[in-house]
Amino acid sequence: MLEIRDLNVWYGGIHAVHGVNLSIRRGEIVTLIGANGAGKSSTIRAIAGLVKGCKGSIEYTDAGGKTVQLAGKQPEVMVKLGIALSPEGRRILPHLTVEENLLLGAYTRSDKKEIAENMEYGYSLFPRLRERRAQKGGTLSGGEQQMLAVARAMMSRPDLLMLDEPSLGLAPILVEEVFRIIQTINREGRTILLVEQNAFAALRIAHKAYVLETGDITLEGTGAELLENPKVKEAYLGGA
Amino acid sequence: MTLNMFVQHFINALGLGSLYGLIAIGYTMVYGILRLINFAHGDIFMLGAYFVFFSTVMYKMPWAVGVGIAILGATLCGLLVDRVAYRPLRSAPRISALISAIGVSFFIENLAVVVFTGMPRPVVQPPMLMKAFSVGGVRLVPLGLMVPAISFVLVSGLLWVVYKTKPGLAMRSISHDIETTRLMGVSVDRIIALTFAIGSALAAVAGIMWALRYPRVEPFMGIIPGFKAFIAAVFGGIGSIPGAMLGGLALGFVEIMSVAFFPKLSGYKDAFAFVLLIVILLAKPTGLMGEKLEDKI
Repeated sequence: MLEIRDLNVWYGGIHAVHGVNLSIRRGEIVTLIGANGAGKSSTIRAIAGLVKGCKGSIEYTDAGGKTVQLAGKQPEVMVKLGIALSPEGRRILPHLTVEENLLLGAYTRSDKKEIAENMEYGYSLFPRLRERRAQKGGTLSGGEQQMLAVARAMMSRPDLLMLDEPSLGLAPILVEEVFRIIQTINREGRTILLVEQNAFAALRIAHKAYVLETGDITLEGTGAELLENPKVKEAYLGGA
Repeated sequence: MTLNMFVQHFINALGLGSLYGLIAIGYTMVYGILRLINFAHGDIFMLGAYFVFFSTVMYKMPWAVGVGIAILGATLCGLLVDRVAYRPLRSAPRISALISAIGVSFFIENLAVVVFTGMPRPVVQPPMLMKAFSVGGVRLVPLGLMVPAISFVLVSGLLWVVYKTKPGLAMRSISHDIETTRLMGVSVDRIIALTFAIGSALAAVAGIMWALRYPRVEPFMGIIPGFKAFIAAVFGGIGSIPGAMLGGLALGFVEIMSVAFFPKLSGYKDAFAFVLLIVILLAKPTGLMGEKLEDKI
């Protein structure tokens, strides 16, 4: 579904990602783990078209089997191709209501009935959002904002849902809930690319995982394999 | 002052204030989205007035056609300004776009002097709009009531667009977070163009009504109303559409009433606007309805 070859990202003079290769198959949960500054966000932002200084090939094959080159494309075309990103820091629009935030996620959709169904679906995943639908996004708690960010990304019915640090700043119980819902979304047929610092939680649900260290992929394998890998245990799972 | 006179001044102030408000909306919308003060906005207002002058007075077209041409022409000019002077500078430092705005403003004004000549030209008012009538001893002309009424209808329509439609949602979203808005599939350049189009169309309507009220046009007629409308936008809280209208009305009332009650001060009429600006900036820098942003991360 997604084939990344030799992706390089520069920020100003900093070479943040050095020739990353990564592949995602339809229906998988793929996770990219690594420490702060390892280049995880840069990679996901490059896929979303948010990075100007990037080089390499990002080939995306849509549900119909058509392959397009994403490198060099603008972020606004990604949604139409079936890719949605829930960005790092959630990026909820604080002055818009929960419902307006969701409607914004459905911006490229014009079928009113379908939008209403998608919104219903979002509320069924996160009943808390339904209670707060008329509230301004900025008044939500961190966990609720994260739920809103995921629900908003789902409003476009993406084939590939990309999540950048969905557990950041959440209480452990909420992390568990968010990860459970990611699995639910995946079981319903959506492919997921998950960027996480919380390696343990991410590896537990991932079919495939990559470890990024200072811009290079140093390890890859199934989620279960990496959970047992001594190096991963040592560096990301707190030893033991 | 008699009550009749007061009512006349009141309606006069309502008219002037709503014209300031209409122009101020263009400043406030563009600022809200791009954090840019579009100095050329007053000149779009001037162009609207000229277009209606040329079509109706010089080429003798019916008013309805002339108004249509003026709105369309000024809207296209506003879009052109965005495309040529601002869009190439989207990712440049904000000061560059500001300097570009000042440059465009001078350019349009001086181009107008060359093309239209610097001579003020009289606008022929349609007699229908000037036929005086009196209600309970207050003498009125239809134009005096038409200006605030049209402004009210346009602002209501605009609020509906901004708060109830998808492009409106995109506008409100862009003003806070361009990147996230793009992620949602919004073509930001198109929404910005739409913002310029709406602001320019409203400025054109204001220009047309201004030309009817003070029946003449000249190339620099946009400068002072432009400045005052900008002050109105700041006074009302820049970025807020209801604020722009409120600021415009406040300015219209201060200007008309100060002269009405203190005729000796009429020479200082234009200074009141700036005094108002200084007072509001000292007392409430975000303006009357300016929002204080509290982002939660």
